[in-house]
Amino acid sequence: MKKTMLQKPKGFIDEYKHKAGAEKDRTHYCPGCGHGILHKLIAEALEDFGLVDETILISPVGCSVFAYYYFDTGNFQAAHGRAPAVATAASRANPDKIVISYQGDGDLAAIGGNNILQAANRGENIVVFFINNAIYGMTGGQMAPTTLEGQVTTTTPYGRNTDTDGFPIKMSEVLSQLTAPTYIERVSLHDAPHIRKTRNAVRKAIKNAKERKGFQFVEVLSTCPSGWKMDPVKSMKWVKEKMLPLYPLGVYRDLGDDAKITTRPVPVMDPVAVWEKLGISAEADVDFPRGDVAEEYRKLSIRVAGFGGQGIMVTGQALASVALEYGYNVSWLPSYGPEMRGGTANCSVNIQDGQIGAAEAVKPSMLLAMNRPSLEKFEEAVEPGGTLIYNSTLIDIEPTRADIKVFAIPITGIADELGNTRVQSMVNIGAYAAITDMFRVEDVIALLPKLFKGKKQAILDLNAKAVKAGFAYVKDNFK
Amino acid sequence: MARMLMKGNYAAVYGAAMAGCTAYYGYPITPASEIAESAASLFPKLGRTFLQAESEVAAINMVYGAAGSGQRVMTGSSGPGISLKLEGISYCAGAALPCVIVDIMRGGPGLGNIGPEQSDYNQVVKGGGHGNYSSIVLAPNSCQEMCDYTMKAFELADKYRTPVFVLTDGVIGQMMESVTIPEPVKELPDKSDYAVYGTPLHKNLVNSIYIDHDDLEEWNLTLHKKYQVIKKEEVMYEEYMMEDAEIAVIGYGSVSRVLRTAVDAARAKGIKMGLFRPVTLFPFPEKEIAAMPGKGVKHILTVELSTGQMVDDVNLALAGSIKSDLYFRLGGNVPSADEILGKISELYGEVK
Amino acid sequence: MTDPKYPRSEVNSEKCKGCGLCIAACPMHVLVESPKLNSKGYHFAEYVGKGCVGCGNCFYNCPEPDAILVYLKNYDPEKEV
Ligand SMILES: Cc1ncc(C[n+]2csc(CCOP(=O)(O)OP(=O)(O)O)c2C)c(N)n1
Ligand code: SF4
Ligand code: SF4
Repeated sequence: MKKTMLQKPKGFIDEYKHKAGAEKDRTHYCPGCGHGILHKLIAEALEDFGLVDETILISPVGCSVFAYYYFDTGNFQAAHGRAPAVATAASRANPDKIVISYQGDGDLAAIGGNNILQAANRGENIVVFFINNAIYGMTGGQMAPTTLEGQVTTTTPYGRNTDTDGFPIKMSEVLSQLTAPTYIERVSLHDAPHIRKTRNAVRKAIKNAKERKGFQFVEVLSTCPSGWKMDPVKSMKWVKEKMLPLYPLGVYRDLGDDAKITTRPVPVMDPVAVWEKLGISAEADVDFPRGDVAEEYRKLSIRVAGFGGQGIMVTGQALASVALEYGYNVSWLPSYGPEMRGGTANCSVNIQDGQIGAAEAVKPSMLLAMNRPSLEKFEEAVEPGGTLIYNSTLIDIEPTRADIKVFAIPITGIADELGNTRVQSMVNIGAYAAITDMFRVEDVIALLPKLFKGKKQAILDLNAKAVKAGFAYVKDNFK
Repeated sequence: MARMLMKGNYAAVYGAAMAGCTAYYGYPITPASEIAESAASLFPKLGRTFLQAESEVAAINMVYGAAGSGQRVMTGSSGPGISLKLEGISYCAGAALPCVIVDIMRGGPGLGNIGPEQSDYNQVVKGGGHGNYSSIVLAPNSCQEMCDYTMKAFELADKYRTPVFVLTDGVIGQMMESVTIPEPVKELPDKSDYAVYGTPLHKNLVNSIYIDHDDLEEWNLTLHKKYQVIKKEEVMYEEYMMEDAEIAVIGYGSVSRVLRTAVDAARAKGIKMGLFRPVTLFPFPEKEIAAMPGKGVKHILTVELSTGQMVDDVNLALAGSIKSDLYFRLGGNVPSADEILGKISELYGEVK
Repeated sequence: MTDPKYPRSEVNSEKCKGCGLCIAACPMHVLVESPKLNSKGYHFAEYVGKGCVGCGNCFYNCPEPDAILVYLKNYDPEKEV
């Protein structure tokens, strides 16, 4: 429909109800400020495309912090520089909406530099309107990253010195180095023909957003008469004479119809479906029947220790996993921190009924030592009356304690005989089962597919053999 | 089968998924990284958003955006990352946005190390960011609680429209225990009165600016009132053998588990010791601690993995009625039960 | 040229902040700064009463949403509700 009148666009709120103070019929902007001009173009486009009710606008920190006073859209006010992050989440939550991040140059190019870069790089389905007025307006005219060389601001009283303050940053050029953005254009508000071009860019970006065409970036060269200490008409001239040569206008990226259309998944919320998708069965857990476990093994605090690569963590986790299936409370705690990369590894496992206290087996009732340093380090700590299982293949010294039970088992040797050192963990489990009577061999074997998820049958078979071998060794050699 | 062996960090994400959390925004940091990793593996299966943000700052501002969009949303981190998030958390509090932040504490200050510490207490429990705000802080001490309290954190966040922390240390985050996954929530609260959906009926505003001084004073008073209600309604704690205790040891998170072992050992020696474990750190169980001297408690020992942060709250609660003591380990070291007992007899030798 | 009613521009003297951008942008020079002040102390812009060609420059140059409106060539008061 052809317009017959140009008047306050419907993209604006009738009465600025959120605005503090009495003047709810006019903006807070200084006379002649470019923000107002860009606001009008956005509000008009939203009205013309019928998108006012489908738009979410993020106001930044800067003079446009109060953009939400004016736009009759859903509104967020974001922390300084973070509008692209807020817009990202708003767009992910509302994938079919127009999400606009409106930002000044301090907000976008200084404090929020990485946020805009990353949002652009992800190709977020948002529109960014970037007001480049070469200064910090709101805080009273300090240097912006876009401030021109030699330009006097309150923090560059002798003019911006590129030796110490760096060079004006060209955001359109910077972002155009990225793969994802769909549309990047720099426009200007310095005269009527250029405002018309700006109008076209604004409309194009919003239309693209409607079609979910990803990241849209419109850099708008604008004025800050107050910060520049210049009257509005002279300010426009200054944009033309000083800013244009440095900030060339034009299209820096336009993928047009090649732009990828953004699609987002629909969250699964139905409780039944949620469990199904995560592979959680609604059926009650059935415990394996427990064997006759001697009193001393009913509350175990176990330290498993050895070289990294000896399956220490796997042994510990397997102990906990299997005990869990008999209905015990279990805990597994890796030694993590600086030791982790040192080549030695140890973990603590608790198996008991009732609530488990300290997770770390400081005074273990059982020590499973897979190498000599572990035996030397932890033997002293074993509770009197406790149990020591050690890997006699690799440990060539005798334990010193007389007040604990000792099982010397050639764990590595048994595994090697089976043809794979890596099955030591399951030899351990077999031996543990034989010593404590806590696990039945067939139960452990039944759990192997769960313990080694995704592993081939041959591997499972080998591990089953290892469990049996560990079990048999103990039964044949002790008691 | 809803019972699984899993790390505390994973359990938190299961809790979130069951609570209907639809978005996770985070940045990796040891010992909290498994939170991001498990969200990265679970959330896509449920068509929910997982995004590795460019920084903790970005992540918390994405949380702000998601919460303002009406989503149940979570982020997770550790010390340095939490410090970076504080501005955003203040914004969430100021805009009355519900969200859940999991903090798996590590050693500080600075880069410190990745061992367990509890030295984020002040920055998390005392607000941390700028302005008059408090976040609800839940302090789980097991993997099951990581799951359950994360789920509860979402309920509290929505109930009070406030950020809620799940605060624990590297031990609980890194350890594995049996976790029974709770049933997913059936219904989510209606947020159409404040959430921005970009529809004609919901032209809401998510905002923390109140330019007029009186307006901001009034808003602060509204928040203040909310915190008073939370203090009255939401205190949680756990007691173990406190009935006849003459010595009370106070600790939270992984420390409380060591203290439990210490209490068992003390009782075996005939020492009347009990454990008091704050589960909520804000609101802090002040009344219960204040009442201890009147119930026969003669000595109170607070044990922390920090140089005395929670002990300030204990002493505020006691208001000088009795002198309390502090024992701490730092830098990733965790005290053993024996160490605690040694300290007890050193301090209160006469008690037997 | 006669004095057609439309097109023409209309400045809201109270909402105008006197920035002068519309005056500078008008190709027909039919907008001027008023010697009068509005209640905010601004010399608001004024349409001289004739000569507007309805180009819209003033509207788009004006930063204030509601300070200026332009009746375009095809404006027909009979058809407007
Ligand atoms: C974290 C933080 N740092 C600093 C500020 C103060 N501050 C408010 S606006 C602003 C500069 C805004 O400049 P710009 O983005 O160029 O917008 P303009 O005002 O020029 O439109 C600053 C530094 C803040 N609000 N928050
Ligand atoms: S300070 Fe500058 S940018 Fe801010 S409203 Fe005034 S003229 Fe516009
Ligand atoms: S519409 Fe054009 S010609 Fe008419 S007053 Fe405005 S700028 Fe001048």
